[in-house]
Amino acid sequence: MSAIHLKDLNIFYGDTKVVHDVTLDVAEGESFALVGESGSGKSTILKAIMGLAPDWTGTIDVDGKPRSHGPDRAFSAHCQMVFQDPYGSLHPRKTIDATLAEPLLIHGKPNRDKRVLELLAEVGLDERFRFRFPHQLSGGQRQRVAIARALALEPKFLLLDEPTSALDVSIQAEILNLLKRLRKERGLTYLMVTHNLPVVAFMCDRLAVMRHGRIEEIASAEALRHGTLATEYARELYRLSVHEDVNDNLGQEQA
Amino acid sequence: MSLTTWLTDDAPASRLQASLGRAYDIFTRLLRNPLAALGMAILLVLILCAGFAPWIAPYSPVGQDLANRLLPPSAVNWMGTDELGRDIFSRVVYGARLTLVIVGLVAVISAPLGLILGAVSGYFGGWVDRIVMGVTDIFLSMPKLILALAFVAALGPGIENAIIAIAITAWPPYARLARAETLTFRNAEFVQAARLAGGSHARIIGLHILPLCSSSTIIRVTLDMAGIILTAAGLGFLGLGAQPPLPEWGAMISRGRTFILDQWWVATMPGFAIILVSLGFCFLGDGLRDVLDPKSGDKS
Repeated sequence: MSAIHLKDLNIFYGDTKVVHDVTLDVAEGESFALVGESGSGKSTILKAIMGLAPDWTGTIDVDGKPRSHGPDRAFSAHCQMVFQDPYGSLHPRKTIDATLAEPLLIHGKPNRDKRVLELLAEVGLDERFRFRFPHQLSGGQRQRVAIARALALEPKFLLLDEPTSALDVSIQAEILNLLKRLRKERGLTYLMVTHNLPVVAFMCDRLAVMRHGRIEEIASAEALRHGTLATEYARELYRLSVHEDVNDNLGQEQA
Repeated sequence: MSLTTWLTDDAPASRLQASLGRAYDIFTRLLRNPLAALGMAILLVLILCAGFAPWIAPYSPVGQDLANRLLPPSAVNWMGTDELGRDIFSRVVYGARLTLVIVGLVAVISAPLGLILGAVSGYFGGWVDRIVMGVTDIFLSMPKLILALAFVAALGPGIENAIIAIAITAWPPYARLARAETLTFRNAEFVQAARLAGGSHARIIGLHILPLCSSSTIIRVTLDMAGIILTAAGLGFLGLGAQPPLPEWGAMISRGRTFILDQWWVATMPGFAIILVSLGFCFLGDGLRDVLDPKSGDKS
């Protein structure tokens, strides 16, 4: 049985159809990537699964249960999301402690103090960060807090919306390693949106290439690593990303 | 470890220390702003006057002494006496109580009312927004004092009714402000994250959105305090606010109007008190804006 099952999914923003007939299956324990250019509808799929883009038709099954069109409490304990921008995803007037305790409070979990400390340790943040405000933290540290918040309810599924694209290159690697370790330790299933193919090669088992709201191709990470993608568009993306890497390296040498 | 280092510690060890540290930060930045410090000093004097009125005032605020009516300011009666021989200084000091009660109650009633209506309206949008903002616009389109007058006329004169009338007319600007603020972060990722955690709408509005609207509302309320005092004084002046013999500043000016050419101090002294307190609130509001407004200076 697949953990996340999408069939003929169409998503609308008002009258505009932004995702067309997407069908894909993510197996339990798998790490699956959605790649594509900006505006190709990748993040919208995550939002529809979470209930933040309620206007869709088709089927969304998570863990064998069909999803409703809005966020709901029972679902939130199974599946959580990490946002792209660590500066926008933490409440600016709440301490880290309050942010992490929030989901525990909503779901009436006991031993909140102990859990918050565990969560901080799990994402590699020192205890002294606990009562700081987000503006006293760096981008990487904030993203760790956001990941810890997503883990607070011990979900089995984690949807990651470009979790590293807002971060500095050196910090990106730390966050990716953290995500990889968490998946191994907790047997999490990842559905990850990114436009960075090296990240896919590093983190994921399979990927779906999206363009203009449609899936162009579903391939294994193996195929990506060897550059043996089937469609012309996917190969083009691959070429561009390799090129980008070269440029990045050049930029670093000059700096 | 001294208290200051404990408060400014960048790794607080408890919830209490974190919030006290934040309050301390705001307080020190307020003190560094000379106008805000002056405003706080004026308000402190007002609060002390109100709290210790029986010990500060040399005479009773209502005790009449017809033999000594309309005396000019002197060493015995610092601000002179009024037409019934009452000591104006004592009345002004006791009047601080009434003023404080009026602005305090109006703020306590109208600010939360406006905040909640505005946040609900901005958060849900759609027809809720249209209805609430329609009502707000109707209230905004009428002059505050005239509307308050109408309410007092309907409810009957008296200080409680004056407070209710002013509160009813004071909330619409706060609702507008809170709605505008709410619109800027209703789709923010931290609000979405709270929804994804299973938080109810009430929880998100109460615990996530309102705290962010509150600083701009606090600034606005402080700046409006002067207007509230003036409206209260205006109602008092028209005889619809505090009733005699209550030493309300507006009512005192009204009584002194008759003698304004020959016995100027009767109307002038409470007038000074109104100006001073209004200025104090304005200074403090300006200072608070500099400190709390995220758009000016460093964000906290």
